Amino acid sequence: MRQLPVVLWLIIMLVGSGAAMAETPQSAEADWVQTRADARGQTVYWNAWGGDSRTNRFIEWVGEQTEQRFGVAIRHVKLSDTSDAVTRVVTEKAAGRDESGSVDLLWINGPNFLSMKEQDLLHGPFVRELPNSRYLDLSPGSASTTDFTVPTEGFESPWRLARFVFNYDSARVEDPPRSMPALLDWARAHPGRFTHPHPDNFMGATFLKQALVELTPDPTVLQRPVAEADFEAATDPLWSWYDRIRPHLWRSGRTFPANESEQQQLLNDGAVDIGMSFDPASTAAAIQQGLLPESARVIVPAGGSIGNVSFVAIPYNARHTAGAKVVANFLLSPRAQARMQDIDVLGAFSVLDFDRLDETARARFESLPDAPALPSREALGQTLPEPHPSWMTRLVEAWSQRYTR
Amino acid sequence: MLLRTGLRTLVIAVIIGPVLLGVTQTLTAAFGWLPALGERSIGVAPWVALLDRPGLVTSIQLTVWTGIAATIVGFALAFAFVAGLYGTPAGRRLTPLLAPFLATPHAAIAIGLAFIIAPSGWLFRLLAEPLQLSQPPSFALVGDPMGIGLILGLLLKEIPFLALVMTASLGHLPVRRWLIAARSLGYSNASAWLRVVLPRLWPHIRLPTLIVLSYALSNVDMALLLGPSNPPVLAVVVLRLYTDPALSSLLTAGAGALLQAGLVMTAFAGVWLMERLITVTGRIWLRRGGRDRFVTPLLAMGRVGVRVLFALGGMAITALLVWSVTWRWPWPQRFPEQFSLAAWRQSGNDWTGPFGHSLLFAGITTIAALVLAIAWLETERRGRSSMLAGIVYLPLLLPQIGFLPGLQFGFLQLGIDAGILAVSWAHLLFVFPYVLLVLVGPWRGFDPMLTYQAASLGAGPLSRLLRVKLPVLIGPILAAIAIGVAVSIAQYLPTLIMGAGRLSTLTTEAVSLASGADRRITAVYAMLQTLIPLLVYTVAIITPIIRARNRRFLRE
Repeated sequence: MRQLPVVLWLIIMLVGSGAAMAETPQSAEADWVQTRADARGQTVYWNAWGGDSRTNRFIEWVGEQTEQRFGVAIRHVKLSDTSDAVTRVVTEKAAGRDESGSVDLLWINGPNFLSMKEQDLLHGPFVRELPNSRYLDLSPGSASTTDFTVPTEGFESPWRLARFVFNYDSARVEDPPRSMPALLDWARAHPGRFTHPHPDNFMGATFLKQALVELTPDPTVLQRPVAEADFEAATDPLWSWYDRIRPHLWRSGRTFPANESEQQQLLNDGAVDIGMSFDPASTAAAIQQGLLPESARVIVPAGGSIGNVSFVAIPYNARHTAGAKVVANFLLSPRAQARMQDIDVLGAFSVLDFDRLDETARARFESLPDAPALPSREALGQTLPEPHPSWMTRLVEAWSQRYTR
Repeated sequence: MLLRTGLRTLVIAVIIGPVLLGVTQTLTAAFGWLPALGERSIGVAPWVALLDRPGLVTSIQLTVWTGIAATIVGFALAFAFVAGLYGTPAGRRLTPLLAPFLATPHAAIAIGLAFIIAPSGWLFRLLAEPLQLSQPPSFALVGDPMGIGLILGLLLKEIPFLALVMTASLGHLPVRRWLIAARSLGYSNASAWLRVVLPRLWPHIRLPTLIVLSYALSNVDMALLLGPSNPPVLAVVVLRLYTDPALSSLLTAGAGALLQAGLVMTAFAGVWLMERLITVTGRIWLRRGGRDRFVTPLLAMGRVGVRVLFALGGMAITALLVWSVTWRWPWPQRFPEQFSLAAWRQSGNDWTGPFGHSLLFAGITTIAALVLAIAWLETERRGRSSMLAGIVYLPLLLPQIGFLPGLQFGFLQLGIDAGILAVSWAHLLFVFPYVLLVLVGPWRGFDPMLTYQAASLGAGPLSRLLRVKLPVLIGPILAAIAIGVAVSIAQYLPTLIMGAGRLSTLTTEAVSLASGADRRITAVYAMLQTLIPLLVYTVAIITPIIRARNRRFLRE
């Protein structure tokens, strides 16, 4: 696999999704050879949330690999919030810096993606240029081509799967609630033992969205921009539910942990009994790191939970576009994806379409280790679609209006 | 003469230029003018958007309350500490203890304090058994709506600073003589301090007090780590607006930054007004000559308060050390279940970069600040301290969030990329005034006879400076270096904003990790962050002692 012979590329291109491509396979292949050549010697500034040490170490490994294989080094710019990097690109555009920008590759999702796409701040479309995109299901409307209902149109490339789950300490909680109404009953019976991250944070907003999806009378309206729907009618059940649960939250719902990591710390300290995550493997990972008790387990809401794919995108003014593409492509290789899904490394679920993998690639995934707190793909149940990004913005605004005094 | 004017203009340009650039950008943005962004609609729309933000009034109240409470209590406790221990053996023992607190960066103190007073912090772990707590209490001082945790954190940093400044200033005043005179008139010790010493001390410590007030009203890193979050203090609101992906938020952030600056200016005006008021009414109070009895216990209470705070601070730093070598420490155990160096080893790959950056910025800015400060002091004319001379303290008096975002814009337009130059320059704005503060007293107190003698022996201006003045003043210079390093290491906002996240230091990493789940890794960064300035302080204290061994006159 070290250096695929040109002929093999040719065959793959011809057999693979060649038909869907505008360019002829030969020129696409030649383009990629050119990209690889341009990329050699570049250092890619990958701006990615830096709050998870396992993800950080995985990114470090990716950098070692791309350096060794393609001569592309990675500098991980650890963000505390993705919007920091978006602001940076906005500022650069404002100052007229249309090339040699400081961000080469960006881990991005949802509202941040929409914001950048609307302001023409993204390079692309580039996903189909990546040879490894042949392992993805790129049919319109698939998870890999939609980000919070917004079509990605090839402006961002997927790399990991995310799903909303709750986690809890099975030594303290016997029968955890599996739906939002059940959570209300549970919170009434156990005042002060549940909370959620502040909705200004992505995780807190996701919790509100999960509650909205479960409680709203007609979830299909959430798939369209909020402007086209009756916001009051759609969110009314959510607020009446929230008004009832809030007094029973940790510290009476007057203050909230800043993010999921802080919430996990509360769970580990026994300050609350239920936490949440957007990564089904994070609980097993935290146990291994001594950050949660051995008895911590994951629960998925009975009616399914919202999930999405995490993407990487390239800003329009990136200095090392070629290098960024090589990294995005390597992230999609079965080798990188299988390592990512390894619970001893990261445990994040792969975005590859298993039907498109060959025997050796599939074997990589089948030999991965298991852990008691790691749910199987089946146990995760149904994935509910993310609402349109405008819902998240409106929801958070409405929450602040109601509960920030 | 030309050289003198040139040097002074250079210093002002380097220190005040960026401030003006940043303030201008902020000012225009606050009224809708940001042409680079295509925003050309001058008006009050950003203010409307700002006032429309939920919880803004609470944010302002919170800012005013925490800032003013921390400053008043800090000032009172520092004064009580200095007055109560002046000339006593306990004073001589405790005063050196202030230095380590001064050296510890704000973020490290805040992280350590949170490890202590959080619901699952060390304090409640120790109390869990006697109080029969099976779960961490749901009451907490960290992030509490009243901002008590934030005030405590601010006090831990402000009291040592104010106490040291007061001690240094008292050295120039004939305090002993005044006290004897007052006591011979029948005033108690405490009364004498309040009625005689404080009014004479105040002009010397006005500037440091205003610096403390401005910091307390506008700090970001401590407010992020200890302050309430829903809503947070105004400076954090502005930072959030500034980092919001929506374009229009930058304008709203400009309005917020201006409001923040307005709050600080109003507070300054309040101080000035109080000063006038006390000058008038205080005279009446003084002339009445009451032998107030209540102040003695007040002073004693202050001394106790300071000791409690020191205990908290010491515990906070200890907590950092303990957490950094912990593997598992489940609630409610009093001490960790398992120790391990894993946090140091695991993060070893990660912290070397930020560690290097911290050292780099501290090195560059301290050297630059020292050179500029000496140039500034050497070109100063005796007995003429003009308004202009005070202007170099402006970066410390204005809220950082008020001009740094604007400065980043301005730098970008000038083609100064987010990089080492931009970050170092931004650090310098804050390192220089502190270095100057340390040096200004010793420089003015320098015995000119030494220079005259050197001159009469044929030494030129440069050799008089390098071979006579600097060696004699080596103690204050080392102290200034120590302060410079500590200030640079502690900078959070300048590094974050001017470095565009590319140049992370121990401080930016520690603050962002503190919102993560792993206390052990956070503790490693906070420890490293504390170690650098502590080491420099130790060197700064020990070197003059060694040098002074055979030079009696340097010892005083």
